[in-house]
Amino acid sequence: MGILDIIFILILFIIVVALAIPLGKYMSRVFTGQRTFMTPLMQPVERFMYRLIGTDETKEMNWKQYAYALIMLNIIGIIFLFALQLLQGFLPLNPEGLPGVSWDSALNTAISFATNTNWQGYAGETTMSYLTQMTGLAVQNFLSAAIGIAALLVLIRGFTRKNTDKIGNFWVDLTRALLYVLLPIAVILAIVLASQGVVQTFNPYITAHTLEGVNQTIAVGPVASQEAIKMIGSNGGGFFNANSAHPFENPNTITDILEILAILLIPISLVFTFGYLIKNFKQGLAIFSVMTILFGLGLGIALYTESQPNPILEKMGVTGGNLEGKEVRFGVTQSVLWGVATTDVSNGGVNSMHDSVMPLTGLVYMFNMCTGEVIYGGLGVGLIGMLFYVILSMFIAGLMIGRTPEFLGKKLGPPEMILSVIPIVLPHVAILTLAAIAITTPAGLSSLANPSAHGLSEILYAYLSTIGNNGSAFAGLSANTLFYNLTGGLAMLVGRFATIIPAIALAGLLAQKGKVPITSASFPTTGPLFIIIVVAVVILLGALTFFPVFTLGPILDHLFLYGGHIT
Amino acid sequence: MSEIKNAIIIFAVFTIIFGIIYPLVITGIAQVAFPSQANGELIKENGMIIGSQLIGQNFSSPQYFQGRPSYVDYNASTSGGTNLGPDSQAEIGNVSANMQQIIQENYLPANATVPSDLVEASSSGLDSDIYASSAMIQIPRIAQARNISQSEVREIVVENEEYQLLGNPIVNVLKLNIALDKLNK
Repeated sequence: MGILDIIFILILFIIVVALAIPLGKYMSRVFTGQRTFMTPLMQPVERFMYRLIGTDETKEMNWKQYAYALIMLNIIGIIFLFALQLLQGFLPLNPEGLPGVSWDSALNTAISFATNTNWQGYAGETTMSYLTQMTGLAVQNFLSAAIGIAALLVLIRGFTRKNTDKIGNFWVDLTRALLYVLLPIAVILAIVLASQGVVQTFNPYITAHTLEGVNQTIAVGPVASQEAIKMIGSNGGGFFNANSAHPFENPNTITDILEILAILLIPISLVFTFGYLIKNFKQGLAIFSVMTILFGLGLGIALYTESQPNPILEKMGVTGGNLEGKEVRFGVTQSVLWGVATTDVSNGGVNSMHDSVMPLTGLVYMFNMCTGEVIYGGLGVGLIGMLFYVILSMFIAGLMIGRTPEFLGKKLGPPEMILSVIPIVLPHVAILTLAAIAITTPAGLSSLANPSAHGLSEILYAYLSTIGNNGSAFAGLSANTLFYNLTGGLAMLVGRFATIIPAIALAGLLAQKGKVPITSASFPTTGPLFIIIVVAVVILLGALTFFPVFTLGPILDHLFLYGGHIT
Repeated sequence: MSEIKNAIIIFAVFTIIFGIIYPLVITGIAQVAFPSQANGELIKENGMIIGSQLIGQNFSSPQYFQGRPSYVDYNASTSGGTNLGPDSQAEIGNVSANMQQIIQENYLPANATVPSDLVEASSSGLDSDIYASSAMIQIPRIAQARNISQSEVREIVVENEEYQLLGNPIVNVLKLNIALDKLNK
């Protein structure tokens, strides 16, 4: 870690923001049906979709209809992906002749990709046929990302509209997010990645005759097309088991930088889209600042902890950075930057093995997830989660100044508070409950790769990741067991729908209300005081809930390591 | 009921667009514009594929540069790391055994320090690179095994150094070893 690394990170971040502001503006035009440069290309497809189901943007839904349509699409997606995995042995585009996936793994994976989690209990190259990867997993990567955006659009409309029960048309929001946002960016990124050595072929696996005279089978596949949507859609499900550490998913520094940019781009852009849509850019900027402070804090700590040598190995005479579970072409800095970005954004793709990082680096990764993935966060759902924290903060601020809490001209009463607190607290309860079950049952404990405090971290990370719809793992944990497939599947459903459904319901409530004028007595929601309060609420809630178990996991692990105690 | 029908129709059409048309178009573009990259940067000699530039291989013979420890033994039909924690018995044991081997094979003093890339396993298990400095400490062994001068071997390392945006220069172990084999011919 030197000054060069810091300049590198700053430049990358400036590039992301410089791209995110115009993209945010573009999306605000797309989602309000205004003309953009993509309109001539995409409008015919868009119109065709609406004609197919006899809808258009004038046919709006109330919140129940919206939620119903969204859930139906998810159910159909899960059933299709589940069946596709079971039947892949009989289907084409399976050059390696891979058999059907076991039912519990297939169910877990179907839920995982439909909920934008991309938790992977399986190893891609030895489990999934090309057909399953492209028509099953990648399609859900697109759909789940667009569904998250749709849910956010609804919540924003809740704030901007008044005295109506109409909050938009799900099929219109979905189609626009897919055609105007995700598809064009995915196409560009996929082509650039392919030019850099990310493979894109339907050929069977290659057999090479190595210099030492043995045969090496090399897995390939249609990877670039899947990699692109995996990175931009906060998905993270790798084509290969090693995910973006695999040379065919992420061959060099250029692809690594592009993929890090891709992780952050749309989640950050959506914060600006929010600002444009509520016609208050400053409000978007304030929330962006909250997220960036939390991002910077985690990144700073993790860069420091991970650039310290492993004290036990250093004593043995090992020199250089911590490279266990890291690739030489990425080194420590790019591995940590990726690790923080992927845990903040709920992407879940990895370019290093998180199980092997220093304990306190692992703590930062876990803390990022335990906020509920609101530091930029997953597509749509990240900002939704942050708005729940904002509403909670307004309630606290309202108590302090003795006024009814309000935000963006909407009075926040008990029903709004309940709908905001459920998505924050319910996942916390679920994480701790499921982790407690896992550490007290043989089925939970038998999957551990590491003993002692680090083992607790593996289990805790698994449920933080599945409930946060992140998808990364302390991957030593053998997750492809009946126990973890079922509890993980449940966790992913809870994490996803405990965010999306309250958000849509809240939008319905807010849209029906009138607007109160913002006066000089209203709590200002764009200034530094607002930013500090929200940052504090996010950190306090996460820390208060998880500090005890973090003490027994990563913090104890850290003390063992620095005390020279080998576990 | 009609919403279920709508969901099925929308799902089917989007599966065709994103699950079939999109990957086929990308494959078409990639295969035409970047055939070598899209097919895995394969290295061929006399019509035979000897490997991919991007995928590491297992080297155990003393006359070849050795790469990083691999959890999957460079079996590229699979991939992954050890996932061992920094204070685990297994991790310390692995690193310690790897150090002994590096020290013995390269005639280093028993208390020598060893760079981490040569004793700690990669993330993919297929890492093709090591730091150039980690190739340098293998030069005496290779020169002796091949009965050539150390300066010839060093020249190969220097020629193959790749500079990175951050961190020290790296070398691709497979490329080094191909260059070594060409030297002997």
